[in-house]
Amino acid sequence: MNKTVANAAEAIKGIQDNMVFAFGGFGLCGIPENSISALVKAGVKGLTCISNNAGVDDFGIGLMLHQKQVKKMISSYVGENAEFERQLLSGELLVDLIPQGTLATRLMAAGYGMPAIYTPAGVGTEVAEGKEVRTFNGKEYLMEYAFDVDFAFVKAWKGDTQGNLIFRKTSRNFNPLVAMAGKVTVAEVEELVPAGSLDPDHIHIPGIYVHRIFQGVSYEKRIEQRTLTSRA
Amino acid sequence: MLDKTGIAKRIAQEVKDGSYVNLGIGIPTLVANYIPTGMNVVLQSENGLLGIGPFPFEGEEDPDLINAGKQTITTIAGSAFFDSALSFGMIRAGKVDLTILGAMEVSENGDIANWKIPGKMVKGMGGAMDLVASAKHIIVAMQHVNKAGESKLLPKCDLPITGLRCVKKIVTELAVLDVLPEGGFKLIERAPGVSVEQIKNATAGKLIIEGDIPEMVL
Repeated sequence: MNKTVANAAEAIKGIQDNMVFAFGGFGLCGIPENSISALVKAGVKGLTCISNNAGVDDFGIGLMLHQKQVKKMISSYVGENAEFERQLLSGELLVDLIPQGTLATRLMAAGYGMPAIYTPAGVGTEVAEGKEVRTFNGKEYLMEYAFDVDFAFVKAWKGDTQGNLIFRKTSRNFNPLVAMAGKVTVAEVEELVPAGSLDPDHIHIPGIYVHRIFQGVSYEKRIEQRTLTSRA
Repeated sequence: MLDKTGIAKRIAQEVKDGSYVNLGIGIPTLVANYIPTGMNVVLQSENGLLGIGPFPFEGEEDPDLINAGKQTITTIAGSAFFDSALSFGMIRAGKVDLTILGAMEVSENGDIANWKIPGKMVKGMGGAMDLVASAKHIIVAMQHVNKAGESKLLPKCDLPITGLRCVKKIVTELAVLDVLPEGGFKLIERAPGVSVEQIKNATAGKLIIEGDIPEMVL
């Protein structure tokens, strides 16, 4: 089944205002740069965006925040983004801060066809407010629902025309989970290859989860904290 | 009194051979530098890596290879990558032996607050709530008092909680303290040149002092 589309503009067809989007990436590592650029250009508004982080001021989802395209962010850590913090503290932006493992597992649950999960993260905290608590083997857990995602945007290292994906190093992070969660999943890859070129044993996400795939271009792959060991 | 490096060195003494350890951002990250060579310790990075290596040499940094603090890193022999659900799966399942993290406040029953100052700072909890809810052993690395000079070791946390009754040990610039299961900070060691009196004055929560308190050896 050929999932290939020409570019990001074609891949995002069907997006509408007020939809729920999910994005792969941790910090700026492994973010779908091409899709984000296309969404900024498309100018859709009123979005709910699920992403572990919110980019930085001038890159990643930060670009969408600057354009005020985002109504609500669902994230675990937003410390790198001053514009985000400003919009949040001023009440312009709704935000749901949730534990990182809960975020990952709610995406996973969507891809596994499970309506909810139980996790001990957040018991006894603000995160638990209004949530069902159940006790298993003497320990309390919160019930957390699977995410309902209209469009999912991921970035992989390699992909084939069938939509099979392979991720590289720690840029894997949330990408496989986001890929599984989308009603429509858009994958951009650094290298798009013909079906049959990838070893089936090496596939991280099978193409059944991917609806559109395209060869990404002009990756910036920005580094947030360049930490080095001295050669001396 | 210890500097940040001193706190990291003292905590490194708590790391056991053959353990999997998650290090938080800040002082905890420095602990990696003081784990004795020859000791078999695997560091977990919750963004999806077991086996964190040193920072790369200039020119060898890879934007696809970072730690949870978004710093460029390397792998070591035997490293493994995985996705974020598996990462927190292994944390939730208790496979990670030790978590070392920073805190804004710790209460005498082991509650920790480290993710939010209402109205002022909202960065988020990241993986901290998952880690403190599931880790077998949690050590907090922090300053004993805040910038206003107020104790961070309290009867009860004032800031929004990250996790309940989870902190087992605290290392500050002044002291090493155990959090007792029945409640209270038990003074274990003094930092070099620090008196018991100084520690008492800097601790707002219940402080338990039994016998002579030794000075720590670094």
